[in-house]
Amino acid sequence: MLNRVLTAKVACYGDMVRIDFNRLRFLVIDDNAHMRRILRTLLHGFGTREVYEAEDGATGLEAFTHYMPDIVLTDWVMPIFDGLELAQMIRQPGANANPYVPIIMLTGHSEKKRVVSARDAGVTEFLAKPISAKALYERILNVVVNPRPFIKTKTYFGPDRRRNVNPNYVGPERRKGGKADMIGQQALLDKAKVLN
Amino acid sequence: MAPRRDDTPKIVIYADYEVIVPPHELRKVIAATGAAVEGDDEPIARAEAALTQLSVEFSAWMDSECERLEAARQEVRRHGFTPQAHDALFRAAHDIKGEAATFGYPAVAAAAESLCRLIEHTPEIARVPLALVDQHVEAVRAIVRERARTDHSVVADALVRRLREVTDEFLREVNRDRPDDLESIFAPPLAP
Repeated sequence: MLNRVLTAKVACYGDMVRIDFNRLRFLVIDDNAHMRRILRTLLHGFGTREVYEAEDGATGLEAFTHYMPDIVLTDWVMPIFDGLELAQMIRQPGANANPYVPIIMLTGHSEKKRVVSARDAGVTEFLAKPISAKALYERILNVVVNPRPFIKTKTYFGPDRRRNVNPNYVGPERRKGGKADMIGQQALLDKAKVLN
Repeated sequence: MAPRRDDTPKIVIYADYEVIVPPHELRKVIAATGAAVEGDDEPIARAEAALTQLSVEFSAWMDSECERLEAARQEVRRHGFTPQAHDALFRAAHDIKGEAATFGYPAVAAAAESLCRLIEHTPEIARVPLALVDQHVEAVRAIVRERARTDHSVVADALVRRLREVTDEFLREVNRDRPDDLESIFAPPLAP
């Protein structure tokens, strides 16, 4: 029954689709051990065998480079580098092996300003806590089956932030690289200095 | 000979931006299953069953998160809102906000959310009323502690509702000269 609903989201394939989770490699980054255990349990339940974990953004980035996951699940609020900064570091063309990796951000922040900031950092999907097996499955299905093209401007590199094209839009092209209202953050360089 | 797979991104360059279509690497894990069949919900059902098995741990996990919140509150009481104490209190409340409903304590999640709002949206951290922080922490601990009571959910919901009202009233007052912040604080959540 549930997959009938999901079928609408994966219409480009025409048929019912199923993901072979056994062939997917996940990286879960969350500073809370309980949440990592919950996510690991759900992913194993879906059928995934390879789930790697990291407890902060810095070790998450290291694990990303080392394990080359197919999908990254990250929390937002974490020590050292948070999930937003981690996404920005992954979305550096040429800086790592896979800047196109799907990033699913799991967080308790669901306010508009936060969601827009996550989108502008290059996050692919956003999943508000509390998470459920169904919601997590839907996000994974979407990033696997419906990958969005990437957009590169002077100030942005990440999945196309326009999920829908408005055929009735008349006016100048607005994709100039301008950023939406961002939440002020400590510069990464300053953080790195503190760490060193 | 099999045709060579093109694994380079396709790039279209416009005046101010580029559209890049990366190779669809994850196509390899998609399997068309044809028409809907019995058992199509299987991956989700299996994951839910696994989570149910794990749930025997949730009560102890909730207790340990409460202890962490209490320790963070004590640190604030001893040293005031130092950056470390502020960070520890917010993280403890934020984690409870995200986890408690999964652990089976939705009212605890709501109380922790109210505490997060109080800490996050008070313009100067020194102005966060410690009494209100205490009331939130006590509410979280009481709801968890009294989980066996038959009137638990009624009392918990009333308690959380009142905490939220008092917190919202305080946030309206301290942010009254910040109309943009006020709008953002009281806007409905966007994420599903």
